[in-house]
Amino acid sequence: MSDTKYGQFHRRVFERKAAVFAVATTVAISIGALVELVPMFMADSSLSWQRGAYVTPYTPLEVAGRDIYTREGCYLCHSQMVRPMRAEILRYGPWTRAAEYQYDRPFLLGSRRLGPDLQRVGQKYPDAWHYEHMRDPRSTSPGSVMPPYPWLIHDKIDVVDIAKSVRALERLGTPYVGTDNATIAGSLQSQGGGIVAGLSSAGITAEWDDEIIALTAYLQRLGRDGRAYLEQLEQQGGNQ
Amino acid sequence: MSQTTTNPIPVDSDSGYDMGIVKMFFTATVVWALVGMLVGVIIALQLAWWPANLGLPWTTFGRLRPLHTNAVVFAFAGNVCFTGIYHSMQRLLKTRMFNDTLSRIHFWGWQLIIVSAAITLPLGLTQSKEYAELIWPIDVAITIVWVIFAINFFGTIAQRKVEHLYVSIWFYMSFVLTIAVLHITNSLVMPATFLRSYPIYAGLTDALVQWWYGHNAVGFFLTTPFLGLMYYYLPRAAERPVYSYRLSIIHFWALVFLYIWAGPHHLLYSALPDWAQTVGMVFSIVLLAPSWGGMLNGLLTLRGAWDRVRTDPILKFMVVAVSFYGMSTFEGPMMSIRAVNSLAHYTNWVIGHVHSGALGWVGMMSFGMMYWMVQNIWKRPLKHPTWASHHFWLATIGIVIYTIAMWAAGLMEGLQWRALTDAGQLANPIFLDITLRLQPFLWLRLIGGTMYLGGAIMMAINFWQTIRGPEPIAAEPVAVGAD
Repeated sequence: MSDTKYGQFHRRVFERKAAVFAVATTVAISIGALVELVPMFMADSSLSWQRGAYVTPYTPLEVAGRDIYTREGCYLCHSQMVRPMRAEILRYGPWTRAAEYQYDRPFLLGSRRLGPDLQRVGQKYPDAWHYEHMRDPRSTSPGSVMPPYPWLIHDKIDVVDIAKSVRALERLGTPYVGTDNATIAGSLQSQGGGIVAGLSSAGITAEWDDEIIALTAYLQRLGRDGRAYLEQLEQQGGNQ
Repeated sequence: MSQTTTNPIPVDSDSGYDMGIVKMFFTATVVWALVGMLVGVIIALQLAWWPANLGLPWTTFGRLRPLHTNAVVFAFAGNVCFTGIYHSMQRLLKTRMFNDTLSRIHFWGWQLIIVSAAITLPLGLTQSKEYAELIWPIDVAITIVWVIFAINFFGTIAQRKVEHLYVSIWFYMSFVLTIAVLHITNSLVMPATFLRSYPIYAGLTDALVQWWYGHNAVGFFLTTPFLGLMYYYLPRAAERPVYSYRLSIIHFWALVFLYIWAGPHHLLYSALPDWAQTVGMVFSIVLLAPSWGGMLNGLLTLRGAWDRVRTDPILKFMVVAVSFYGMSTFEGPMMSIRAVNSLAHYTNWVIGHVHSGALGWVGMMSFGMMYWMVQNIWKRPLKHPTWASHHFWLATIGIVIYTIAMWAAGLMEGLQWRALTDAGQLANPIFLDITLRLQPFLWLRLIGGTMYLGGAIMMAINFWQTIRGPEPIAAEPVAVGAD
């Protein structure tokens, strides 16, 4: 074992004094962390490239749907990020801008695509398609490897629980107008009722507080704001 | 295959040391290894054959996959680290652990956290951040238990009977400190209810914090503590001193400084600012150097002992582990290059890469260490030395099948997603068509993973029978450490 001058220095300064070693290690790991994270925190707390007025916060029903999406681990097979590449734009639509994620807590970009990306799935299929797809994925996508989620059809969302979630998001800065239980219940009922009415014209009976309704509401709004904004920009000949 | 001759394991004197806590962590490691790998095999089956999701909420892939990752990372690998740390640091510092009660609170607290994870994750209670899924009350418990561990760890260092800290201790220290920083920063949330919370970060900031955490969980939970274990157990098993002290200094400091920057390579081609993506990519590539420094220091420690590698399964496990470490730390930087990442991202290639690190490096290093340790701390020769050799071959061939299947699947899907016709349209417009072409590879992966689990089951039986085996060998004092 070589014991050079260099080694002697290391022994004397670091290996004899554990506290010095611990502080030096902490400094070593802090530099990269601070350089990468602090600018993001600053960008997050001001009007910046991470913000865009064209994106609206998730409604209470969509918050409930998003919670179901995370509960079932949908993000483990479906990403939410269209990359700026020709094949991705052809397959999914406009690539994803930072501002489109501004109300995403937690982020759900995903790390794997066993199924297709869902960033632009909103409005791609009718509500009835999502209903059938969750009940039996192979009824809408023959050969699909996705498991069925029949419990979403009959399990109910909890209004008080969702109200707590919305208020937690409000405390974090999401702009909501009216977050008392009654207002949220009203919002859930009216948005859910709209989806139920649409489904009934497709011959499907559902209730506004079925979990499938909340999940459908979430899926149908995915990427919607961004797409509308970006398509409008494109028509104006803008690139960004 | 040459004959198996396990080298007689030195039987250290335990007087004054707390070996009870080591045995507790060792036993927990074996149990959680089997659980974690079994869940892995189950979810591999689910991907190849969807009816294995069983139609129940608690058994779908989306809920079991976090159970698998948490079980293998925090239950199996975590308990391996604690086993090795509690064993080697007492000997390296020539002192008993600082406080036996803290050791036991650490042990039972950690096992309780694992059990609560095993209950909450199938119930769908998750924060959804990969390797940080556990709900906020469990996160609080992790913080408390970690602080208790840190007090015990630094208390032991403070009362050490040797002047210098051996290289293993450096790596353990980076593990204890960095995991605390990572866990707390990534777990800051606003609780909505006892079971649900929302992160204080939003959107891409949340994504960056998570992947800064996620990549460094690989770095400081699955790499630095295992390098520490390598620096103690490889020289002991090979009965050779560490090749280069100077190399260990350079690669330690370079590794801990560089690793922390690499997270953004998980977000290439996202809307994260270009500078952050580029910094993540560049540091990931530079990380190759200290990673290979560690690999070379491990492999060169075996100089003069290669004849024994042919016959001793413990050294075989360790050599393959260090080789997989070198391979996956080459593959990782390559996958961090934007152009390569554009093909590899979101494909099975990433899964293959993770498993060459997890099964190859972490798993094989753990097995080698444990085959050595079971004889050393229970003071009995291994009951079935040939089984250890069979385990080695099952595991090695299993990993090779696994990673080749995932490479092939990943390359195929990556190329087919992006393939365009001459007219500039998608060559495979139906996404599902591509997923269905993966099926043969997913079955092949299942075979590889099952072989790996089979080897681990053999190991568990072997350990059980060894511990229940004949009378202990009398202890003889042995020089401590390789430094």
